Amino acid sequence: MISDLVFMDGNGVYVWSAFAFTLIGFTILYLIINLQLKKEQKRFEKNFSALKKEKYNIAINQEIYKEILKHSGSKI
Amino acid sequence: MFDYLNPYRIFKINSTLQKIIFFCFILVLSIGLVEALFLSPEDYLQKDSVRIMYVHVPAAWISLGIFSTIALLSFSIFIFKNKNLILISKSLAPSGMLFTLIALVTGSIWGKPTWGTWWAWDARITSMLILFILYVIYLLSFRIFEDKDKSYKISSIIAIFGAINIPIIKFSVDWWSTLHQPASISLIEKSAIHSSMLVPLAIMTAAFALFSVLIFLMKYNTELIKIKNKGLKRL
Repeated sequence: MISDLVFMDGNGVYVWSAFAFTLIGFTILYLIINLQLKKEQKRFEKNFSALKKEKYNIAINQEIYKEILKHSGSKI
Repeated sequence: MFDYLNPYRIFKINSTLQKIIFFCFILVLSIGLVEALFLSPEDYLQKDSVRIMYVHVPAAWISLGIFSTIALLSFSIFIFKNKNLILISKSLAPSGMLFTLIALVTGSIWGKPTWGTWWAWDARITSMLILFILYVIYLLSFRIFEDKDKSYKISSIIAIFGAINIPIIKFSVDWWSTLHQPASISLIEKSAIHSSMLVPLAIMTAAFALFSVLIFLMKYNTELIKIKNKGLKRL
């Protein structure tokens, strides 16, 4: 039963490799994009905390900046 | 109309939607995999190798759909001069490129047991390879040109001219003699595929579509934060 599922009358190697390639492709792309997102969030947080008080006060009142900080899990 | 495309509005929705889409994607993909690998019947002629269809066909459909959307958005960029459309197009491209690669590789794997060869330079396969090259050039154009306006114009031109390839891919099996079989599913005619195979195909297509939406949302947020990072320096 299990060997039937694995070998699929000699087609198993083609079927499993096609599905494996797809799932590995999904995982790699997801990890790359997630890594890029986290990197940009960290860079944003670093740049934001390095702002001088005057500029900080301007930036903190802008909705988009507040939203970015909120979703990057920032404690600022 | 463009108020709905306001970056802040999209970012806010994006961040909330990402987790929901990720959960839906895992759920739909799991159901689709069980259906495609274990529950759907084998083909009378191709036997179990027909299961490759459940990854090959959705990948090809979505890669074509994404490129058509990018081409349409690129055309709109020239008319409306809205830079957010560039951001949307750029964020759609990575998943489109992956789906084209999946369609090419799984098609090649499927070709071996059915046609007896990994590759053939026939119209459908060659035009899909051209689509993959177009995706690569489109994405590279953002990296190669340092002048942003120039890179936006060149990438849009690539997408608009690349759109010529879309009908070629679609009708290649009708226009030329090719190893590739004609379309079995049509929006206007009755499907040539039995419902026991059509259901897993539909589920896998939904899973792939959810994945492309997920990647789009994540990439859009990344690109927007990148722009806002530069904005912080200019404050």
